[in-house]
Amino acid sequence: MKSVNTTIRGLALAATLAAGLGAGAKAEETIKVGILHSLSGTMAISETTLKDVMLMLIEQQNAKGGLLGKKLEAVVVDPASDWPLFAEKARELIEVNGVSAVFGCWTSVSRKSVLPVFEELNSLLFYPVQYEGEESQRNVFYTGAAPNQQAIPAVDYLMQEEGVERWVLAGTDYVYPRTTNKILEAYLKSHGVAAEDIMVNYTPFGHSDWQTIVADIKAFGSAGKKTAVVSTINGDANVPFYKELGNQGIEAQDIPVVAFSVGEEELAGLDTAPLVGHLAAWNYFMSAEAEANDAFIEAWHAYIGDETRVTNDPMEAHYIGFQMWVEAVEKAGTTDPDAVIDAIVGVTVPNLTGGYSAMMPNHHITKPVLVGEIQDDGQFETVWETSGLVVGDAWSDYLPDSKDLISDWRAPMSCGNFNTATGTCSSAAN
Amino acid sequence: MLLRFLLAAATIAVFIAAGSLLPARAASLETLLAELPEGGYDERAAVVTAIAGTGDDRAVALLEALAEGDLRQMKDGGQIVRVVREGRTHTAFDPLTGAEIGEISSRAASKIRVNNKLRRAIAAALGQLTLASPDRARRLAAAASVLKTGDPEQIEALDAALETETDPEVRTAFMDARAAAVLNAARPTAEKVAAIAQLAGRNDPQVLSIITAATTSDEPAVAAAAADALDRIEQARAAWGAVQNVWYGLSLGSVLMLAAIGLAISFGVMGVINMAHGELVMLGAYTTFAVQELIRSFAPGLFEVSLLIAAPLAFLVAGAVGVGIERGVCRYLHGRPLETLLATWGISLILQQTVRSIFGPTNQQVGNPDWMSGAFEIGQLTITWNRLWILLFALAVFALLLLILKRTPAGLQMRAVTQNRRMAEAMGIRSGWVDALTFGLGAGIAGLAGVALSQIDNVSPNLGQSYIVDSFMVVVFGGVGNLWGAFAGAFTLGIVNKFLEPYAGAVLAKVLVLVFIILFIQRRPRGLFALKGRAVES
Repeated sequence: MKSVNTTIRGLALAATLAAGLGAGAKAEETIKVGILHSLSGTMAISETTLKDVMLMLIEQQNAKGGLLGKKLEAVVVDPASDWPLFAEKARELIEVNGVSAVFGCWTSVSRKSVLPVFEELNSLLFYPVQYEGEESQRNVFYTGAAPNQQAIPAVDYLMQEEGVERWVLAGTDYVYPRTTNKILEAYLKSHGVAAEDIMVNYTPFGHSDWQTIVADIKAFGSAGKKTAVVSTINGDANVPFYKELGNQGIEAQDIPVVAFSVGEEELAGLDTAPLVGHLAAWNYFMSAEAEANDAFIEAWHAYIGDETRVTNDPMEAHYIGFQMWVEAVEKAGTTDPDAVIDAIVGVTVPNLTGGYSAMMPNHHITKPVLVGEIQDDGQFETVWETSGLVVGDAWSDYLPDSKDLISDWRAPMSCGNFNTATGTCSSAAN
Repeated sequence: MLLRFLLAAATIAVFIAAGSLLPARAASLETLLAELPEGGYDERAAVVTAIAGTGDDRAVALLEALAEGDLRQMKDGGQIVRVVREGRTHTAFDPLTGAEIGEISSRAASKIRVNNKLRRAIAAALGQLTLASPDRARRLAAAASVLKTGDPEQIEALDAALETETDPEVRTAFMDARAAAVLNAARPTAEKVAAIAQLAGRNDPQVLSIITAATTSDEPAVAAAAADALDRIEQARAAWGAVQNVWYGLSLGSVLMLAAIGLAISFGVMGVINMAHGELVMLGAYTTFAVQELIRSFAPGLFEVSLLIAAPLAFLVAGAVGVGIERGVCRYLHGRPLETLLATWGISLILQQTVRSIFGPTNQQVGNPDWMSGAFEIGQLTITWNRLWILLFALAVFALLLLILKRTPAGLQMRAVTQNRRMAEAMGIRSGWVDALTFGLGAGIAGLAGVALSQIDNVSPNLGQSYIVDSFMVVVFGGVGNLWGAFAGAFTLGIVNKFLEPYAGAVLAKVLVLVFIILFIQRRPRGLFALKGRAVES
């Protein structure tokens, strides 16, 4: 028995050494790309898919001949939905593995946790999820939607097309819903909505007992004015929320719910028949009719080996972000972060809805905004879209603290929060 | 040649003029159908109204197909077809005659988009068309849709329908709908006041919003009557509010109890803090999912009873895993609570990741059978069927457990070991087996809880995590090792939570409940129902 054990240990040691040597030898020939998504814990439900899509994109790029004549190599780490661990893993990716760029994070708190690391070590982060804005960092590229690329157009749609006059802002209790709702409240009030016509409600993460809140919404909606719910409820809590809506008989025709965190992936766990007509605002739907999208879905199904898997908006954001990074590296002729940061502004790549997205000087991108209604097959049907592309706005124009701020990372300004009223760049970096 | 050209041009001009100037009402169903895919939602809503206006018999089926999203336009040629999907095959039918056209590929036709606004227009149009339908359910639906729109033009049709209607429920629905329409029509004040009185008899949110709207009426008498009616409804609602909170509390309590009661057994008997308890709940939910998947592919007819099939299986699966945990891990850590806690926590992570590897990290869809969907109303109280069944299920599980513990030899042994392990051993009870049995029983109950939770929560690998803290809270509050303690603890916490929630919000309510428990434990460290006995004292 002992000899077997020793043999196994020896083998394991040899394997480790070989792997270490292999990685060392290969480092000269490959460009490393870090993937920083939780593969375990609460956020694994959303982030695992993004890890897979990044692996697929890297494989595709390698099939096309790699980048700058070198192969790309993915380095996957698992920050396990643990926010401080995100910072450690980011440091590990940059310092130990020497990656050229990192694609990752989902929650805002995980992004905030890694920001100082990317700044200190001067590396690149592509962040693919819609977020609350109020941030612009030199080393970060925000390929998801800013509030003006998702929340505000959705509210516009409800006001104009549905004639909504009374609003329930329901969200999970953390930074994204709170900031988004603050912006929306200011926006609605600037459009003449009275304070008593706005109901704000927050619930804990993973809230599962929605009886009281849904009953409250029902009561709030019976005041003789058209009412809608703007939901920033996060991930897991959505399923019981929609189930309760369906059971208590709230139909989309009476009180529509527009959600900013519910995509195809979240609907996969739901019977959508009672939800037909409830809305979501995104920059991409799997149902988008475009050749690029068909090709992407086909490639995804082939890669993952499952025809029933869906695609969603953050996946498209990674698709765009990755193409942008590839193009910027080619333009700069190097993966050096400073050169890429200079080269990437203005880079324009095709998105999956049949148009193009460009990287703006504030490190946000241009996107179309789509409003879709849930269908009985778990897909969204686009019912409205912006006529052109919307530029992501890092600093909201509707909040008093940020309305004078702009961000422009091009020389000579190179500032993430330039105050146009005072003409100064605040030294605090983000 | 020139003449023919001119003639053609003139004909086209006439057609264009006819299309734009003549009211759409005059157009036939065929021409209106062709207009359906074009224009903005407003214009298309007008086409829908015009379709209803044709009085054509085929209009109802056409509009229903449109509302269902079954109408599609062929990309090639622009023909409009009704598509019936079965799995991956799409079969096209003529939307008017119903004749089969043949199979088409899913990308060959684009869907005629329908949004909420259009759906409302369709519902209103259908209401108008189906008021005289021989089908009782359709007439009720028609009345509901007229009530929603309050379209004054429907008064005549309603009057006509009322003359022939004999069914009392449908009559009331028609009267209500008529009252809603009257409020929007240019009718005498007295009639409007009567309409408000008619509506005030009902108490659903729809009516509430109609009456609220009437309080801003130009006619003072109508506004006063509406304000009066509103006051009365609000008072009734306030009274019902308390009942509603109690019901919500009971329902939350039943979920808490289901999740916690298994824990109460294993914690109570063996003093094992089983951190993997939540994952056993999750296994129960995944068993339900697996059973439903099998039923979907092999015996779709059994779907309605899928939960009844899943329940015993979930009990066995979770119970077997529980026995495995006890025999494989906990047994060796007997009397070392801290190590057990760590070990079971590790097991919980292993179970989570295993499920994640097998089923994937995404939510799985567990369907609700028809008898678990929807709601019914008692007065102002909306009771959803799934919550009611879960409450009954929780009570049944509790009763069964009491029966096992109090009336069976195994239960007697369990109680003996709980009260004094060494004395029980001295009496010849094999405490090792009792431990395994107890742990398995607790785990099996967790599996049953999983079946129930799969109906209200999402089935993902994280399902258990969200319940473990609440479960411990209930057990500690209720008194360790006491079933009645868990029972009282769960329902107390549920009701307290639901009474706090409307005032404090969901987040603060939870915080307050935790603070309350901390204070309570300071006063009574052993919980509501403390066990007495030598083992406890030592």
